[in-house]
Amino acid sequence: MKITLKLFATFRNGRFKIAEQELAEGTEVRQVVLGLGLTEEEIGIVMLNGRHGELDSKLANGDTLSLFPLVGGG
Amino acid sequence: MRKVITFLKEQTKDGLLPWSAQDATAQRFHLSHAAVELLALQNGLYPARYQRNRNMIQVDEQLRLFQSRVAVIGCGGLGGYVLEELARLGVGQIIAIDPDIFEEHNLNRQILSTPALLGQPKAAVAAERLAQVNPAVTVTAIQDYFCLANGHELLAGAHIAVDALDSISYRLQLAEFCTLAGIPMVHGAIGGWYGHVASQFPGETTVQQIYRHWVAGKGIEQQLGNPSFTPAVVASLEVAEVCKILLGKGEPLRNRKLTIDLLEMEMQEISYAPVPVTLVDAA
Repeated sequence: MKITLKLFATFRNGRFKIAEQELAEGTEVRQVVLGLGLTEEEIGIVMLNGRHGELDSKLANGDTLSLFPLVGGG
Repeated sequence: MRKVITFLKEQTKDGLLPWSAQDATAQRFHLSHAAVELLALQNGLYPARYQRNRNMIQVDEQLRLFQSRVAVIGCGGLGGYVLEELARLGVGQIIAIDPDIFEEHNLNRQILSTPALLGQPKAAVAAERLAQVNPAVTVTAIQDYFCLANGHELLAGAHIAVDALDSISYRLQLAEFCTLAGIPMVHGAIGGWYGHVASQFPGETTVQQIYRHWVAGKGIEQQLGNPSFTPAVVASLEVAEVCKILLGKGEPLRNRKLTIDLLEMEMQEISYAPVPVTLVDAA
């Protein structure tokens, strides 16, 4: 299956803004995160097709997955 | 009191009450600036200092802002701008909470900080600044840590809480407190070129969902720090939310989060599944 993966803020450094990814059926968001060399702790927001998603959300063909880093300053 | 109102009305020109008249009334009748402004607004007199608000905020709405009590938790990067803007907007009662003193590394962005004020408590400096900006505003300065345990004491009577914290742990406690206290929370966070804003009404869990993956420590601000402009942008968005919620106007960022990237100049909106709650009138 194919998904569109969008990275935001510092996750783009040394990576990309947007890319098509070929994944095995039933891949979870967590596997994509780890495959990028990111840790779960670095993840702020998981957005799946414009809505809040989870690390254990299962991806489907045609999904758009967006990953944002944790932001907590004031 | 009738004498005071007559005196105020006599000095109102073209529907506007000049500050000099508010000040003279306070002196002459031995009233606080807050008491004078309240009387003016209650009698439909528009203080001239707010005249550029006039076509977007009616006199009864200005009264509503003046009778509102807003708690700002954190008086640093976000908090400095939030406090300044709330006072200029004419929010009548402001609680400024921060345990810290100004340090040199604050000077690149915290609008309340100056070299002369290094070592001074942020909350007290905020109160002094706001007294100069708008003497009609009553500021309660609290030099203490906010936490779930002291929330009822620190935020007593607040209609709304503004998150200007730099700690995710305390922020989650604030979200929990606001739900218990039944008040809305306007959430903002920044790190480097990036920031986000969301508003949460009692019973909603947007803030908890935003930090769902958080385990410990800080976010990207730990590496990136914060420049001068990111807190100003996010703080201003937070104050716009406060104004709208207090006046029941427009569409707050409810069940959605606005993410801002100032490096690429991109904004993203993320929606959250609504939690069924009864509508709360913030004011």
